[in-house]
Amino acid sequence: MAYRNISRDNLTLPEKFFSISWPFVGLLTLVATIGFLSLYSAAGGKVDDWAGPHAIRFAVGLVGLIIAAIIDIRLWMRFAYLFYGICVLMLVFVEIKGHIGMGAQRWIDLGFIRLQPSEVMKIAVVLALARFFHGLTPDEIKKPIFIIPPLLLALLPVGLVFLQPNLGTATMILMVVGAMMFMAGVSYWFFVIVGVGAVSAVPVLWTFMHDYQKRRVLTFLNPESDPLGAGYNIIQSKIALGSGGISGKGFLQGTQGSLNFLPEKQTDFIFTLFTEEWGLIGGLGLLGLLAAIIIYGYFIAFNCQNQFGRLLVMGIIVNFSLYIFINIGMVMGLLPVVGVPLPMISHGGSSMLSVLFGFGLLMSAHVHRHVKFTRRGMDMV
Amino acid sequence: MNRDMERYKEFSRRALLIGAGQAALFAALGARLGFLQVVEQEKFRMLSDRNRISMRLVPAGRGEIMDRFGVPLAINTQNFRAFIIPEQTDDVESTLQKLAHFIPVTEEDKQEVLVQMTRHRRFTPLLVKENLTWDDMAQVETNLPDLPGVSIDEGEIRSYPFGAATSHIIGYVGRVSKSEMTDDPVMNLPGFRIGKNGVEKSFDETLRGTAGQIQAEVNVVGREIRELERADPKQGHRLTLTLDADLQMQCQEILAQHRSASAVVMDAHNGEVYALCSHPGFDPNLFSRGIPADVWEELLADDTHPLTNKAVSGQYPPGSTFKMVTQLAALEAGISPTMKVFCPGYTMLGSHKFHCWKQGGHGNVDAVQAMAQSCDCYYYEVGRRVGVDAIAKMARRLGLGEKLGFEIPNEGAGLMPDRAWKVRRHREQWQQGETLNTSIGQGHVLTTPLQLATMTARLVNGGLAVKPILVRTIEDEGSQLKNWPSIGLDPAHLAVVMRGMNAVVNEPRGTANGSRIREPGYSMGGKTGTAQVRAITAAQRAAGVKNEDLPWRQRHHALFVGYGPVEAPRYVVSVVVEHGVGGGKVAAPVGRDILLATQKRDPQKIHTVDEAIEEAMREKKKFEEEQARSRNAAGPKPPPRNPKKEGDR
Repeated sequence: MAYRNISRDNLTLPEKFFSISWPFVGLLTLVATIGFLSLYSAAGGKVDDWAGPHAIRFAVGLVGLIIAAIIDIRLWMRFAYLFYGICVLMLVFVEIKGHIGMGAQRWIDLGFIRLQPSEVMKIAVVLALARFFHGLTPDEIKKPIFIIPPLLLALLPVGLVFLQPNLGTATMILMVVGAMMFMAGVSYWFFVIVGVGAVSAVPVLWTFMHDYQKRRVLTFLNPESDPLGAGYNIIQSKIALGSGGISGKGFLQGTQGSLNFLPEKQTDFIFTLFTEEWGLIGGLGLLGLLAAIIIYGYFIAFNCQNQFGRLLVMGIIVNFSLYIFINIGMVMGLLPVVGVPLPMISHGGSSMLSVLFGFGLLMSAHVHRHVKFTRRGMDMV
Repeated sequence: MNRDMERYKEFSRRALLIGAGQAALFAALGARLGFLQVVEQEKFRMLSDRNRISMRLVPAGRGEIMDRFGVPLAINTQNFRAFIIPEQTDDVESTLQKLAHFIPVTEEDKQEVLVQMTRHRRFTPLLVKENLTWDDMAQVETNLPDLPGVSIDEGEIRSYPFGAATSHIIGYVGRVSKSEMTDDPVMNLPGFRIGKNGVEKSFDETLRGTAGQIQAEVNVVGREIRELERADPKQGHRLTLTLDADLQMQCQEILAQHRSASAVVMDAHNGEVYALCSHPGFDPNLFSRGIPADVWEELLADDTHPLTNKAVSGQYPPGSTFKMVTQLAALEAGISPTMKVFCPGYTMLGSHKFHCWKQGGHGNVDAVQAMAQSCDCYYYEVGRRVGVDAIAKMARRLGLGEKLGFEIPNEGAGLMPDRAWKVRRHREQWQQGETLNTSIGQGHVLTTPLQLATMTARLVNGGLAVKPILVRTIEDEGSQLKNWPSIGLDPAHLAVVMRGMNAVVNEPRGTANGSRIREPGYSMGGKTGTAQVRAITAAQRAAGVKNEDLPWRQRHHALFVGYGPVEAPRYVVSVVVEHGVGGGKVAAPVGRDILLATQKRDPQKIHTVDEAIEEAMREKKKFEEEQARSRNAAGPKPPPRNPKKEGDR
């Protein structure tokens, strides 16, 4: 009851609305606009194909962001495990449906959008872990026994996503979980042991991989081995990127993309198309914008006065930056092609909406940064 | 509070560590971007200007087709071809003009190239001329500098050593038509051939193999600078058929006495097809080389349908060869084999008179005698008693009226009518008169020679549901032979039918007694059939018009089904001589000759490959000599097309 008296603990709706960080929203809009322009160019100067739906999705996602931001963070914390459970059920559902239907089906058709549960799962894991670690004392965190619940929380969805099979997303979830455990204060020894274990697990993992996944890794190691098959994507992507030069070929002037040498140009390889047309200047500019969003996230995290909010924000920021590293690293030939989109720029509904939803939670942590609550967070709501 | 400060400090420290990692990764991304777009910019710009990897497909050799002993039936032979790549010449027409100085390029060839040009990308090589001689090839090779875009390539062409004799089984290959086009890039290769008929068609994908790939770096004009990677093509799987080429040739020879005929020789126990003939045939080698238009039209116009595989697709009323079906249906319905029916030469059904083929009648006949003498009245009577549905059911059990799932395209389904069919098809009730006609294999009933052979096999193998099979082994997939289930017939009933079939041939009054095998050590049983093409009118019957005096197209079909040897049936045969008039007189001798040849040959016996090839080639030579002789005798009349001489094997 004592906390009730602390100032700005319970905000009115307009107060909440105005305490949303609008410059942050502005940054997001700027990135989405770049996405819009790139998709417009990818379609050969047409809005209908990809750019139009992209803008609509962003608008819808933005509304979702604001709603998520206004909802009390304690409510998010309270329902973290429930949300996690629902997401796991959805994953199981697509897994079963995938077995019955044909091939790897990773989405649920909700009518207006094909929802990929694995995308939402990332957010759910972040929420669940943030809640779990919020409830631990620093002493407890150092004890090995308390590592087990978060590991279970992580491995269940990772396993399901890996079965889909979606190696990219599975890896991303693992890395987000690792980062959150690290920031929550889990002993350094744990990471040393996991690191050593991971390296020795590589050969085992290899035998479990699908042929097409193995091929992707092998092609990544030597793309020239198969210039017209699996290596085609990477080679063509590098040609497009490299030929853009410092100033680029100019908006709508890209040749690789428009001549269809560039595969998947509207989804995974959108960064390539953008930098072919806008050159090094555009590419670094976009990287700068994305970095600004991340740095902004750090400020929000450091200003949070509760551990739940801090971990939540950092989990979302790490997740967002992983999208960027994996996607851009992949199109530049630094990482294997694993099918991870560039958030807010690539064509595709699930990733856009889940990223904006994540930012909505981040904003909720910001709006409610002064809220302090007990270990379980239940008493206030 | 204190606790939270502690947590906050720890969190900040570690978050900043992660932040440092992120900063490093961002720096790496920026550096990579700079490296690609600044340092390597020139290289990639050049590559982008001319997307420079050219991929070439290397066609795979088509799988060979062999007979059961390894005698080649379809092989690939060398073929020099001249190509032109439109992209590499300024003026395609003038280059072709120049090329015509060295090899015979006709106006048609030129037009074809110009047509193909509109269908393919400019870097696709287009076929100008194939089957060039060595000299032609050398001429072009030496003059290549003057012929931009022209190239010579040593391809393969499909050839069929036995020509017309196996044409209906093997089929032929030809250029891909628009409707056969798939995404497979191999289809765009010049000179690619796809199976158009026969085994070549039904096993096209097995035979096709996997094309190889050559990836090469090309310069600005598209010339290859160096080969980057090469994946060798994988030849298509080899098919080994159940066929015996030697026997096939002998059967073709036997059938060649008639204008239009077909025959099937099959193993009664496992369904292996040893010979499958449809006469006349056509030379499939013409098709793989591109058939001249006049030859094609001649083949289409011929009323003996040389392009049709009559043994598989031809549908005929079975006539009296159907009587075994009626007999078995009657026995199964409880009619005793010793029951006698009196035949006065006709049967009355209401006011309508159904004639027996023998005008004076057969007198009292039991089951065996009825079959031996092919008495129609007996079958009218038992057929009427059991009804058409029981007959139809028996026919289907014996393999009639439905497709057998044979490995050759365009299999005929035949037709086995019953009450339900009549209502469905004609919206009318079944008439009892139709039952009588059906009992003797006339009326609506239709069968293919392949079905008739299958029926005979099921009669003499103890009632196993064999189906004809043509492919014995597929390379890498192994044997295709099967074990067959029983169709549940009473062995005692089958024995009655076999006694009847034995009597047909080996008893003095049997309809095929004149065609019995007289050579000791060999024997056969069987059943003759004469199928009316059109009903005999009362006027014709009264005037005593002989069927053989009618125009060819109106004469009866002559049929025979048989098996041998009698004691332990192994081989079955079915013969249809189109418009051959009489089953006993015309088809039975053909059946006899084939069964005798088959038993002498005994294809179940193992022959070595060399032996088999030698024997088959000897038979082929005999066949060709025979053909040449009959051509000389027949004068200038258009002869059956000879199998082309095969030199290079």
